[in-house]
Parts: sequence; C-alpha cells; structure tokens
Amino acid sequence: MFNLLKARIHHGYQAIHDPLNAAIHPSFPGLPTILRACKEDFCAAGSFCPTGAIGDNSLDLGKCVFCGECTRRFPATFAFNPNFRMASSRRESLIIRWDNQSNTCTAPAVEVNAALKKLCIRSFALRNVSAGGCNACELELGASSNVNFDMGRYGIEVVASPRHADALILTGPVSKNMEQAFVKTWEAIPDPKVLILCGACAISGGSFVNSDAISRDWLQTMQPALYIPGCPAHPLSIIHGLMSLLGRVK
Amino acid sequence: MKEKAQIVNPFLYVLPDLMELTDFLNGIRNLCLAGYSPLCFFGTARQELLCGMALAGKEPILLRCLFPQDMQYQSLSMEFPAFHLFERELWEEFGVTPLGHPWLKPVRFPIGGQQSMEQYPFFSSESSALHEVGVGPVHAGVIEPGHFRFICHGERIEHLEIQLGYQHRGIMNLLSQGDIRQKMPLAECIAGDTAIGHGLAYCSAIETLCNVSVPTALQTVRLIALELERIAMHLADLSALAGDIAYLSGQNFFAALRTTIINSSLAICGSRFGKRWLKPGGINYGLSKEQNSLLRSTLEEAGRQIERCTRAMFADAGVLNRFDSTGSVSKKAALELNFSGVTAKASGLAIDARCDFPLSAYTEFSPLCLDSGDVFARASIRAKEIEQSLDMIAHMLSTLPPVSAKDSVSLPPPMPDKLCIAITEGWRGRIVHVVKTDSESGTEFYRVIDPSLHNWFALALAVRNEGISDFPLCNKSFDLSYCGTDL
Ligand code: SF4
Repeated sequence: MFNLLKARIHHGYQAIHDPLNAAIHPSFPGLPTILRACKEDFCAAGSFCPTGAIGDNSLDLGKCVFCGECTRRFPATFAFNPNFRMASSRRESLIIRWDNQSNTCTAPAVEVNAALKKLCIRSFALRNVSAGGCNACELELGASSNVNFDMGRYGIEVVASPRHADALILTGPVSKNMEQAFVKTWEAIPDPKVLILCGACAISGGSFVNSDAISRDWLQTMQPALYIPGCPAHPLSIIHGLMSLLGRVK
Repeated sequence: MKEKAQIVNPFLYVLPDLMELTDFLNGIRNLCLAGYSPLCFFGTARQELLCGMALAGKEPILLRCLFPQDMQYQSLSMEFPAFHLFERELWEEFGVTPLGHPWLKPVRFPIGGQQSMEQYPFFSSESSALHEVGVGPVHAGVIEPGHFRFICHGERIEHLEIQLGYQHRGIMNLLSQGDIRQKMPLAECIAGDTAIGHGLAYCSAIETLCNVSVPTALQTVRLIALELERIAMHLADLSALAGDIAYLSGQNFFAALRTTIINSSLAICGSRFGKRWLKPGGINYGLSKEQNSLLRSTLEEAGRQIERCTRAMFADAGVLNRFDSTGSVSKKAALELNFSGVTAKASGLAIDARCDFPLSAYTEFSPLCLDSGDVFARASIRAKEIEQSLDMIAHMLSTLPPVSAKDSVSLPPPMPDKLCIAITEGWRGRIVHVVKTDSESGTEFYRVIDPSLHNWFALALAVRNEGISDFPLCNKSFDLSYCGTDL
C-alpha cells in the first residue's frame, strides 16, 4: 500500500495541460518549410528522397517519412519546424509549394467539417484499422489516449466495435491481405461516417508504394475527410487534426 | 558472468559449396544433435536452399544445396520442431514440399503463394462438446491485424491457431531492390516498434558488406539507442499488462514512464521511436556533453520511479494472483521451438544475442532468466531487464566522450558475391538479417527473421487449458510483432 502511494505521489500530474497548444522539443521534425527556390537542391534531394516526396520546388507531406536527409544536406532550402500542426482536409494542400511571388511557401490546413461539428459535439468515436502498418502509427494513436495526451478529455476515443464508430482511422499502406477486412469494417460503420488517414503509409503508401503486396485501389475511390502526416504521426498531430476537423480549435 | 564470445557479429561469408541434398539434411541433423539451432533456413531465386545453424559463441555454419529435383524432401520438423515455420515458408514461397510436415499451412500469403487469405485451413473439431471462437483480423483496440481461432471446451481453450499474413507488405522484396545503402527508412519499418533493433541489424550488415568499420563511440551510441528502445517497449508492455488486469495505477504509471523515455529519444533524434537516429556508416545525430548529462539525469530519475512502480505492482496480491501460473511455457518447448527474447528467458532459457553473438561494442553481458515460464515470469523479466538496460546505459554514458554524427563513415559500394548475417537482440528477442550481394554489388536477396516468427507459437502453447478470458493477458505478456512476422 505504501509502495503504491509513494509511486502515485511521484507520478504526480502527467496530463499535458493543453495538447492543442503544447510546446514540443525543438528537435521534433514537424511542419516543413521551404526556405528558398533552388533548382539544384530540389533536384539532388529529389533523387535521394526515399519516398519521392520532393518535386519541383515542392515537398509532399503526404509522402514524406521525415527521414531528415533533405534538411541535413540542404539546411538552407529545407527546414522542419517543431510544429505538430500538419494535418489537412485536402490531399492537395499537403503538398508544400514555394510561391515565387510572395517568396514564401504554402502550409496545409484543416477545414472544419460542418456536419461533424454539428453532430459530434461532445463525442467522436474512432475505429482503427491497421492495414500493413508497422505498429508505430498504431502505438502513437494508442498513446493519444494515454495519461499524457488523454484525448478522451475531448470525448474522442477509439471504440471496440465499428457499430459504435463515427470514423474509420486507417494506419498502414493497405496490404493486399488486409484490403477486404478494411472494406468490410468501413461498411460496418453506420452513416454518417468519415475516413481518416493517419501517417505517410495510409496517405500515400509511404515506403511501400511500389510494393506489389499492397493494394490501394479501393482506398483511391474514397474521399477521406482528414490526412494526418507523420512517420509515425505524433499524438499531438493526431489530436490537433481531429479537433480541427471537428471545429473545436479556436 | 559469461565470457565474452570471441566472434565478430556480423558474419561475412562467400557462399559455401553446394552439397547433395542428403548431405545437406544430414549436416543439419548432426548440427542439431550437437546443440545448434537454426538461425535461418530459406529458399532463393536461384533454386537453392540455404541454412544457417547457430550455437552461442560460435560463428554460424552455412549449408547450401539445390532444391530437390522432385521439389520434395523429408521434413526436418518432426525431429526438430524448430524448423516448422521455416519449412512452411519454403513451401509457401517456392513450392518445395517438406514431406511429413505436421501442419503445412501458409505463413504470410505472399504474391503467388499457395493459398489465399480466405482459404486458410484451420484445424477444426467434430466434437459437439467443443465450439470455436474467431477473433480478428481487426481487433477491438489499436492493434495490428491477425486472426485467432480458438477451439474451446466451455470457457477453457483446448487449442489456439494463429493466422497471420495480414500485414504482409513485401518488405524483403523492397529491401533487395535498388541501392542497398539507402534502405534505412524501410529497415526501420520492418517493425516500427523495433526501429532500432532492426535498423541496427540492417546497418551492421551493410557496413560489413561495404567493408567499413564504424568508430567505437558511434557504435556505443547505437547500443544506447537499442537499450532505450528495450526500456521503452518493456514499459509499454508492463503498462498494457497492468491494463489487462485492471490494475489501472500501473497502467498509467508505466505509460507515463514510457513517454519520458521515448521523449528522450525525440530530444536527440527527433523521433520517439528512434527512427532516423542510426544510419549505415554511423549515426545521424550525435550526443553532446550536455545531452549526455541530461540523458543520464533523466534516466536516473526515471529509474527511481520505475523501481517504485514495479515494487508496488509486484507486491500487489491482485496482480500476482492474475500473473502467477497463467500461460505457462516450458523450457523444453522454448528450446525445441527456437523461441528467443523474453519468451525464452522467462522459461529458463538463457539465450541473448548480446552475449551469444555480441556486436563488437559490447563488453560483457549476462542474460536474466526465470524458470516458471508464466505471465509472471515474462512480466518480471521485463521489469528486471529495464533495470539492467538502465545500468548498461548509465555505464556506457559515463565513459562516452562527446559524439558527433560527423564521425560517421561513408560507404563504398558493397563487395560483390558476399553473404552477411547480422544478429541483434531486439526487445522481443533475436533479430537476424541475411543479405547476399550479387556479382555487380546489387542485392540478390534480403532475408529478415524477426523473433516473433518463432515466438508466436509460444502464445498458442501458453493459452492451452487457460480460460479464454485470460487470452488478452497471455497475448500481452509476449507482445509479439505482426508486421515483423508478416514482412
Ligand atoms: S525528410 Fe521527407 S522530404 Fe526530406 S528526404 Fe526525407 S522523406 Fe524526403
């Protein structure tokens, strides 16, 4: 009993006070910015980027696995900021582009989903399907509910049945062997429902895009409501993305 | 304390001469009888069988022969069950049939495999007293997919069959395409919760093939990363075990402690999983003097709290009641079935790659062991290993000079026609990577053996005769990898 009390006292209060505005360690590679247009750097980085995320003066957050190679080699062109707010409600806006006119780059943004905002005022129930995920996104999604991040405080939780869910949150690139179960889970969720893609693999196939053991055909016919980048997606990115979608970020 | 083995892991080979099939099989038999166990056994696109046999402290022995002409041979599994999964893989991938194999079933349903997901031939029983329960592939929580089929008598489990393969992403194929030196992000996703364990095996293999050696201080940093990963994941498991038995204080204590540990990784390399920390040739992020002392004080503080929490948990009668004698695995089974890691050590089998096949930076190490083979033993081993790893890290940090990532070495193209076996002790057990280069320094094959491949069978054995409600607890006590198995 005394052991437990001692442990409890030292445990203290662990919940992050405000996950939407929490500070994160400066070494965290979050939202990237393109610092300048530089043909050579983009060309070189495009050739070694493991997932083909780097294009013509652009960086695709949906493909990036945050290996850091581009910024380590070309710090004057690529910067990753300790900013976990990376989610977007449109695939297109995950592509960070350099704008020659303004000499700045674009950033992703989440548009509030009006229907969800109205319906899911105090609770939002997620059903997770891992389809070829490496267990990093899965662990981070799990951590979003732990004592530190505690997204349950907002009424957001992962539920044990698709029948109870408002959304399917996908992790992993969708392995062929898992595609049917993924589709069936989606079908088992009652309307209205939304699809959320969590992590580079789910968004773009990530490192597995060229594998013949994955199948994204069905996924490609869907219109996801939210994309949360990362490899894996950080719990703060997940929570911030979900809350933005629900229109609950001031 | 065990003597440090006088061998150098990773192991570099040129392919041994082809043997006759009978000599090959007899060679394996004789090695098994001499105490060796299979490290790897697989077919290659050249229609050859390759087998690596291992004994602690000895360089693994490679054997090689052509596929049998009639594509069948007498199975080794009846005599040496350690081969049962390897033979299933071989049958599934190349259609080579081990005759007399007790359960020739798919492992991961690769493209062109023998069967499809829906056709898995589950065991079944005609008895009207028994019923079957199917769970998965999608689970109730946030867990990777896999299917569990129970045959039960009332609440009691008679038999559990585990169907995996849902996570198969063709990672071994991807690893063997293109420049082998640029596969780090992929190696880190073999099992994302073991980014360092698999990443280090990959790095070590590539460095050996490229014939470079990494400065000791950088290697030490990589071992620190490996132990940090072990601590973090063991904490995650203690948290989950506590959660499964509704010991909620423990669940929250250990989850918070894991956060502390993985945030220390983040502070160094930017990733809570240690992704991008290592690279072939060294590391991407070094450790300054300040980072060294910060890490030391963080770990000291965490160590004190871990001690308080484990003491409280393992003194709780309710906890002990649920852990004790639940889900037992015998030492005999562990030995025969090639289990490793916590699964083996909790059943009295003192195997650990950190002393059996040490990477050069290890000084000395002796594995911790318990005999009871139950959930209690696996939980206790985790708690004790956390303490052990904390000590190891503290020791390494205390003598470590400031380390700069700039001291990493660059890699020339790998040597042609070489084979390398790299072994690391991940937090789940023995990780084996087997890489072969072709005559143009391309990759002929890249074979990965995650400890979970063998260890899943331990779960099936552990739940026999347990109540089905104890399945989650048993499952968590092993915490095996789906994607590491499915690849
Ligand atoms: S950090 Fe992202 S964009 Fe840069 S090289 Fe790595 S994957 Fe490509």
